[in-house]
Amino acid sequence: MAEKSLEEKVNAALEEAVIEEPVAEEVAEKKTRSKKAKKEEEVEQLSPIAQEILSWNLPKTLFVLTKNWAESKTEEELEELDLAHLHARIQRLIDENFPVSTTTDLVKILISKHDAGKEVTDEQFEEILARINREFQMTRVQPCEAVGINAAHSIGEPGTQMTMRTFHFAGVAEINVTLGLPRLIEIMDARKEPSTPTMTIFLDEDYRESRDKAREVSWKIEAAPLHEFGDIETDIAEMCVLVQVNKDVCKKRKIALSEVLAKAPQKIRDKRHYREFEVETDEVEGILKFIPKNEDSYQNLFQLAEHVRQVIVQGIDDIRRVVVRKENDEYILHTEGSNLKDVFEIEGVDCKRTKTNNIAEIASTLGIEAARAATIDEAYATLKEQGISVDRRHIMLVADIMCMDGEVKQIGRHGIAGEKESVLSRASFEVTVNHLLDAAIAHEFDELSGVTENVIVGQPIQLGTGDVKLMVRRVPPQ
Amino acid sequence: MTSPKRIGKIEFGLLSPKQIRDMSVCKVIWPDTYDDDGFPYPKGLMDPSLGVIDPGLRCKTCGQKQGDCPGHFGHIDLAKPVIHVGYTRLIRKLLRITCRDCGRLLLDKEEIEKFSALEDDPYSAETIGEKDVKKERVCPYCGEQQYKINFEKPTSFVEVISVVDENTGKTIKTEQKLTSADIRERLERITDDDLRLLGIDPDVARPEWAVLTVLPVPPVTVRPSIILENGQRSEDDLTHKLVDIIRINQRFRENQDAGAPQLIIEDLWELLQYHVTTYLDNEVAGCPPARHRSGRPLKTLSQRLKGKDGRFRGSLSGKRVNFSARTVISPDPNLSVGEVGVPLAIANEMSVPVRVTKQNIEDIRAMIRIGPHRPTLRDPCGANYVNRPDGRRIRLIAGPEGNCDTVAEMIEPGWKIDRQLRDGDIVLFNRQPSLHRMSIMSHRIKVMNGRTFRLNPAVCPPYNADFDGDEMNLHVPQTEEARAEAELLVAVQENILSPRFGAPIIGGLHDHISGIFILTNQTKWYTKSEFLYLLKYTKMDKMPEPGKIVDGVPYWSNKQAFSVILPKDVSMFYKATCCQNCNPCTKDSEAGCPNDAFVRIVDGELLCGTIDKKSVGAMDGAILNRIIRLHGTRRAREYIDDLTKLSIRAIMINGFSYGINDTDLGKNEHKQIRDVLDQAESDAAQKISIFEQGHLEPMPGRTPEETLELQLMSQLGKARDRTGDIASRHLGFENSSVVMAVSGARGSMLNMAQMAGCIGQQAVRGERLSRGYEDRTLPHFRRGDKGAGAHGFVRNSYKSGLTPTEFFFHAIGGREGLVDTAVRTSQSGYLQRRMINALQDLKVAYDGTVRSTGGKIIQFVYGEDGTDPAKSASGQPVDVKGIAESVLKEEI
Repeated sequence: MAEKSLEEKVNAALEEAVIEEPVAEEVAEKKTRSKKAKKEEEVEQLSPIAQEILSWNLPKTLFVLTKNWAESKTEEELEELDLAHLHARIQRLIDENFPVSTTTDLVKILISKHDAGKEVTDEQFEEILARINREFQMTRVQPCEAVGINAAHSIGEPGTQMTMRTFHFAGVAEINVTLGLPRLIEIMDARKEPSTPTMTIFLDEDYRESRDKAREVSWKIEAAPLHEFGDIETDIAEMCVLVQVNKDVCKKRKIALSEVLAKAPQKIRDKRHYREFEVETDEVEGILKFIPKNEDSYQNLFQLAEHVRQVIVQGIDDIRRVVVRKENDEYILHTEGSNLKDVFEIEGVDCKRTKTNNIAEIASTLGIEAARAATIDEAYATLKEQGISVDRRHIMLVADIMCMDGEVKQIGRHGIAGEKESVLSRASFEVTVNHLLDAAIAHEFDELSGVTENVIVGQPIQLGTGDVKLMVRRVPPQ
Repeated sequence: MTSPKRIGKIEFGLLSPKQIRDMSVCKVIWPDTYDDDGFPYPKGLMDPSLGVIDPGLRCKTCGQKQGDCPGHFGHIDLAKPVIHVGYTRLIRKLLRITCRDCGRLLLDKEEIEKFSALEDDPYSAETIGEKDVKKERVCPYCGEQQYKINFEKPTSFVEVISVVDENTGKTIKTEQKLTSADIRERLERITDDDLRLLGIDPDVARPEWAVLTVLPVPPVTVRPSIILENGQRSEDDLTHKLVDIIRINQRFRENQDAGAPQLIIEDLWELLQYHVTTYLDNEVAGCPPARHRSGRPLKTLSQRLKGKDGRFRGSLSGKRVNFSARTVISPDPNLSVGEVGVPLAIANEMSVPVRVTKQNIEDIRAMIRIGPHRPTLRDPCGANYVNRPDGRRIRLIAGPEGNCDTVAEMIEPGWKIDRQLRDGDIVLFNRQPSLHRMSIMSHRIKVMNGRTFRLNPAVCPPYNADFDGDEMNLHVPQTEEARAEAELLVAVQENILSPRFGAPIIGGLHDHISGIFILTNQTKWYTKSEFLYLLKYTKMDKMPEPGKIVDGVPYWSNKQAFSVILPKDVSMFYKATCCQNCNPCTKDSEAGCPNDAFVRIVDGELLCGTIDKKSVGAMDGAILNRIIRLHGTRRAREYIDDLTKLSIRAIMINGFSYGINDTDLGKNEHKQIRDVLDQAESDAAQKISIFEQGHLEPMPGRTPEETLELQLMSQLGKARDRTGDIASRHLGFENSSVVMAVSGARGSMLNMAQMAGCIGQQAVRGERLSRGYEDRTLPHFRRGDKGAGAHGFVRNSYKSGLTPTEFFFHAIGGREGLVDTAVRTSQSGYLQRRMINALQDLKVAYDGTVRSTGGKIIQFVYGEDGTDPAKSASGQPVDVKGIAESVLKEEI
């Protein structure tokens, strides 16, 4: 019975996945349709050799690899090239259904051997194939393997070797980022906001080439307080705050004078929640005059002056600093502070590649799958930066269980560990007594299927060799 | 074998007063335990029907002896109901959302509809919370006006009755205290159907049961009294608390019966409530904890369950075992990595059960005759106990008065004996903290003299052990099943590949690497006797052909010596750790790599290159990795054994040591170092003066101060590096520290530079030292001095010795590391605990999906490609490069 119900669950889950697919396809189709025309053009531009390789119908990575290689050849070399032979071999590999990385690696070797003038013989090729096949079978994960515990060990154990140093320079000397163990804990805690939010903003083709263009984008992003735009005077005699906006600065920062003048008072009211003033605007001279409502209080005046100085008139409020840097032949913006949604709306930002280290923000703007990917990337990068190599699959498993229910859940009391089905398992983790009391009220059952529960009652756990219920003896065919 | 029964499930619920009375064997009314003669009072807290704790007595209820009798519950009838502290929040919620008169839920049918399940999805039902009901509304069923209920910690409830005065129009608020009896009455009125909507199952948990009228008295086995040395009895904390409860309960009842004034009744009621509260939980907020006479807070029910040493984490999840041993570890390079040296004393004490059969009866007789005292290592093992099929156990006693010989004659097939450990027995070996699965591995025993466990230093990395006083634990599996698993799954050789990154975690370390580096670096020639000396302890079965013959004398090369321990079909090509990354690389030229850093192995022959950390080190071990893939783990273990033995011999040929004079530099170098440091300090001073004049150009997004600090840091760091370069230019491969650093055995060129050249800048949190006195680090400097020396730059080397201020700065820098380690261990320990708790139930199902044990699917294919990281080639499903190298036998 149990077997059957399990099967049903799988089928149900699979069906769900199937149902979702057409929707995704539709969206993808819409996107590709516009690009289709472009693609066709590209196909026409391909060299004849590339077109031939295209006709082999290879996976993308393989196609790019072989195409680039073939195109690097001179005509004479191409003449001698036995393309059909190569095609046959690649086709063999594809038919074997190996992972893409394996196939690509092997094709790379074949190509490099050919270039070195030491062609891999058919015999050797077959031998390699056979060995790959054997090793591939050997590295499959076995049923009942306690992959969860392996993952927890693999991420937890190196934690003892990590540094505690909170601040470190990540690539950019100017921007501090939390790294090491504190950052790992932060990721696993699924905090709403990391202690040092930061973004890496990539730019569109039109902007990434020149520093000036990149700087332009950075001005639209970096939060700039009013005092950077001109002189601010507090006139005690007249009881007012005078702002003389510098037109040159506005020009340099590519913002209209009128915008500065309009934004400043509005933002003081909306964002800083200070409304005890009136304002007079001189559009021609660029002068703003702030008059406090309470005309007798110097305290109010100085308070107002502070608000005027600090009000952000250009850029995104959360992003305190932007640094432009050249990396890999393009200009990239690194920021202190993060606001994915607003940054996406800025012209010149490449939304496809732009990243933030605030996972909760990614989850709310881009969705749970993006959050999962970000969790994996962040955790992997954190470990890697400390010189610790951990297999990606372990981190994937952690990210998957964190994101399984559609929201990023913490590893711990307020997340996965606190929402387990088993009462005993929850009780033995944290806040023991409350879990027991609540379980009694709700008439809960503990099915004793997990690890802790079975350890507590003293029977074999349902993992690894403890999970095997049948042994099969193979009878040789008669 | 006993039938493998399993507990199906465990149900949770509340005990109803009826259930409590039904299961009770004794109504406890007497507040005392034992009388003056030491007999328990009948109807007292130690009533003999509640169970036995004294040996020899029999239980009045079940007639069993101590140890067999599980104990039986009694009960106390409380004079008035009392609130259960654990359920105050539930009671508050129920009082607030139900009618004070009719007890119905304060929501009309339509509102309730919103919470009930949708037709097609039974899981869409939501439980109603406190916030879903508006305050102080009118009951939709009986029209009764509702009032605000205030909860006062720890257990009292107050109803605020507000009445609008008709004359003045003002609301008058009067507070009325709700007694437990009132509350119980209200809770009784709530209907079963309403409770189900609230997530309460009325079949097992009527809310009025959370207001206690009867208190169960736990069996004496739960709260045993102990007899102190002076013969006095000392009672358990729970018993003390129960005594208090009974005493107050009695007084309460007497006062009640006598018609005492309301005030006294209320006081006593509150006191009873206090005692019951602290009996259940002695750490309630707003309630002073009940204390023992000595002032120590009592450990009552809740405290018994909670926390690290509580029932759940301490007793139930943490099991204690027999057949275990613990002692200090020490190294023994002559052991195999799969072995462990066990002191004779331990081997004599620990045992393995063996069933007597027709085939082995004579061997077993011999063991019994030897008895429990095996005198020397060479003697065969003895036995400690004989177990008869009827369950009787005979202890073997050595000596002329002993029973060994008589028992030896008695045994017959079907009996079991506990045999002492002997060479080849499989045991589990563990070092705490057990952070990953390689912290417990199985080894084969080698009985040895001495009092420590011995292990091959090559297995230290997975245990993270060293020999500075570490202790380790050893467990002896007692069943065939356990031994089989220990051998097939837990053995050292099965754990060479770490599941963390799919590469060997076991490998040579320290002297193994230095030794193999010295052996294989450049080409050396050995005579036959030297060659045999090197390979004396390895499993070489045949001498290879000599590499060259000069004047009729055969010589073998150092590379041949290493090739002997390699399997014959290994072909590898890679750069070793000692590669200096020269540009251009000359590995393919006629002369080859000047450092001999390019390794070429074809068909198990080391043609050129140096074997060092990259080849054999723990966590790297390129060759070991290849051997596992080609020949499996057994051959890999043999290779490690051979390697460690060979490398130790190699290092012993010339010897390897380090002393103070190894850090000696020439006069010339000292002058150069002095010049470099003088230059750096004057440069720093110049930078500071530029800064002080205000001419320093700040870096983008930084203040001038920060810019100065960053620039000084990097400048002084560079100066330190330059002194290191000067020192290392002077020192060559004849210097041991260079050998260690270049081969990757231990230490780095930086360590060397600090010993011979200059220690360099001391830092706290990545910044120069700045705290201490006002505007200065120490009173030795002028205020505001920003110079190198005043902020922790140590220009001396460890050898030349530090000045007092430098020494102090160095201590500041060193302390950060210590604090760091202390904080880190606790933080990462907690992270690990949480991770394991969150992930422990996951497994790969037979269909390849990853599921929790409840059946929830986490991943459809493990790791998106179904590759086991423990078997992968550093994360790749197939080691294509390795296979191609092996087949093509040439560099890829």
